[in-house]
Amino acid sequence: MPNTGKSTLFNRLTGHHAHIGNWPGLTVDLLQADLQLSGRSVQLVDLPGIYDLRGHSDDEAVVRRFLEQTPVDLVLVVLNASQLDRQLRLALQVQQLGLPAVLALNMADEAARFGVSIQAESLSAALNQPVLPLSAKYRQGLETLQHTLLAQLEARADHPAAIPEQLEERLAAMDADLDGAMAELVERCVTLPARWRDSRSRRLDAVLLHPLLGLPLFFLAMALMFQGIYAIGVPVQEALGSLLDQFGQAVLKPLIAPLPALLQGFLLEGLYQGLGTVMAFLPVIALFFLAMGLVEDSGYLSRAAYLMDAFMERLGLDGRSFVLSLMGFGCNVPAILGTRVMRDRGLRLLSMLVIPFSLCSARLNVFLFMAAVFFPPRIGGLVIFGLYLMSFVAAMLTALLFRGRFPSNEPLVLELPPYRLPTAGQMLSRAWSEVKHFWLWSRRFIIFGVVAVWLLNNLPVGVEPASSASLAGQLGTLTQPLLAPIGINPKLAVALLFGFIAKEIVLGGLAVIYGQADPVALSRAIASDVSWPQALSFMLFTLLYTPCLSTVAVIRSESKKLSFTLLSVAWSLLLAWLVSFVAFQTITRLS
Amino acid sequence: MRAVSQLADLPTGATATVKALAADAGLRQRLEALGLRPGQSVQVLRRGWWSGPLHVRVGMTELMLRRRDAARVSLAA
Repeated sequence: MPNTGKSTLFNRLTGHHAHIGNWPGLTVDLLQADLQLSGRSVQLVDLPGIYDLRGHSDDEAVVRRFLEQTPVDLVLVVLNASQLDRQLRLALQVQQLGLPAVLALNMADEAARFGVSIQAESLSAALNQPVLPLSAKYRQGLETLQHTLLAQLEARADHPAAIPEQLEERLAAMDADLDGAMAELVERCVTLPARWRDSRSRRLDAVLLHPLLGLPLFFLAMALMFQGIYAIGVPVQEALGSLLDQFGQAVLKPLIAPLPALLQGFLLEGLYQGLGTVMAFLPVIALFFLAMGLVEDSGYLSRAAYLMDAFMERLGLDGRSFVLSLMGFGCNVPAILGTRVMRDRGLRLLSMLVIPFSLCSARLNVFLFMAAVFFPPRIGGLVIFGLYLMSFVAAMLTALLFRGRFPSNEPLVLELPPYRLPTAGQMLSRAWSEVKHFWLWSRRFIIFGVVAVWLLNNLPVGVEPASSASLAGQLGTLTQPLLAPIGINPKLAVALLFGFIAKEIVLGGLAVIYGQADPVALSRAIASDVSWPQALSFMLFTLLYTPCLSTVAVIRSESKKLSFTLLSVAWSLLLAWLVSFVAFQTITRLS
Repeated sequence: MRAVSQLADLPTGATATVKALAADAGLRQRLEALGLRPGQSVQVLRRGWWSGPLHVRVGMTELMLRRRDAARVSLAA
């Protein structure tokens, strides 16, 4: 079942060592991991969360196909203990298919708080399988679960792993009696509270979903969140940046001194500086993912879908598109993958067209740096805020312009889970894995990009680095007829060209182009070469044009249409140019 | 009190029993999966601004659904 803490349980049981398994015949990747049960090692596969084995959704089809093709020793069904009144359906279906199963009733702590009491023993007798209330979040009942899993596996050791035959036919045959069976089981084994007991969610919703206050409060919360991230993150980032630079100067430089000057420059000013610049931003990114995780796991994010749906509907989108765009502020790639929840193609394509305008953390790197170089702190903060605003405006404009081309008519029914207080451990481990992923992901691009930029700057051999005679200089000059009107000089143009691969390269690239490893010296070099209107135009262009090659690749693979991918790239380039043109020309004419 | 025939018209705060779902297969399954099925009682908790979605409770589950989709849920008188 979705929203039952299945992933938390999976992580708790397997300890984050999961890897993507490849299952023949399935179109999606499934997480799988070794589960150690007192010395015995078993494979645990994380199947998609589903409501109903007979359902028509992609996830439900995936689970059906998996069960038809893969012999399983044991099925672990995870339900939300406080919602058994509707979720027992899945457990009944699994039981009636004759699959050996253990039923985990997760979030038992919440069920107790809401006044739901469950007679696990009579439920277990009725379903003829172990039933265990537990809380993955608070690590309650996990040991018992492991013992039970082991006991069940051993008890069935001489049975061959099961594949249910004629799965769909049997599911169809039992469907008529299922409602009655479920109602009877709930009646017998679950005591629901006479009155809704979640007064916390009730009181919070009265304020946070208030017809007038709800939206302003949401935006206030978001603004405070970003303020907090910068207030803590930026000083840490600056300190880390100068620490890394000192390490490079004091330790690495003497170490590589015997190497030829060209190679020295490449290693220190190219590679080390490029990686260091991005590494310095990891604290900001970690804080960002921490905050987003908090908003998501607390249940506020689904409220955002509720609050924004009316507005998004008028843009041809829905509340989920808004939530995905918000996630896109971390990274666009998972946000675009997230559009899989949409079944209507028009809605999905329009969302995919809009998400790349979300100011992702890689672009934020560039803006934080540039804002610090060209503006005093107070104005710099405003510039960053303005870029976030621009990101929203660009997304809205795009939706309005293209909504006619991608019409949709998808119903929207979403669960609003109770408010929850995520645990610190849960949040930290999540932020940690996101940052690790970001770092591994971006590292490849940075190394490639920095090497390429450095080569372009230093070839042909003997040329003065980054001069107009170098390949980079020639390339930059070539772009001038198009980019001079928006204030992008040849050096900035080269950085933008490489930014097409990934925005993580832009800063490292600039460091290489200006031949300055030290952030302070780089700031000075750029500030003496570029005016602030030029810098602003550069930031606007960076915000709006294609975020990175990975985003393009994932749009291509998710839309399965080259023409749509090209439209997305071309539109973002056009919009970037137009906005930069208007901004640059207006400012230069006025001042 | 005037009999309300569909969920979209149920006043905020009121409770009624679901009679039938006049929705296509996809929406019907989605509603049923979340517990909104004939015979269940449903309460409207609030309505979103600017003709926004309804916030309803069915059993132990709270959902949001658009008014257009709520019009497909008919209620017992």
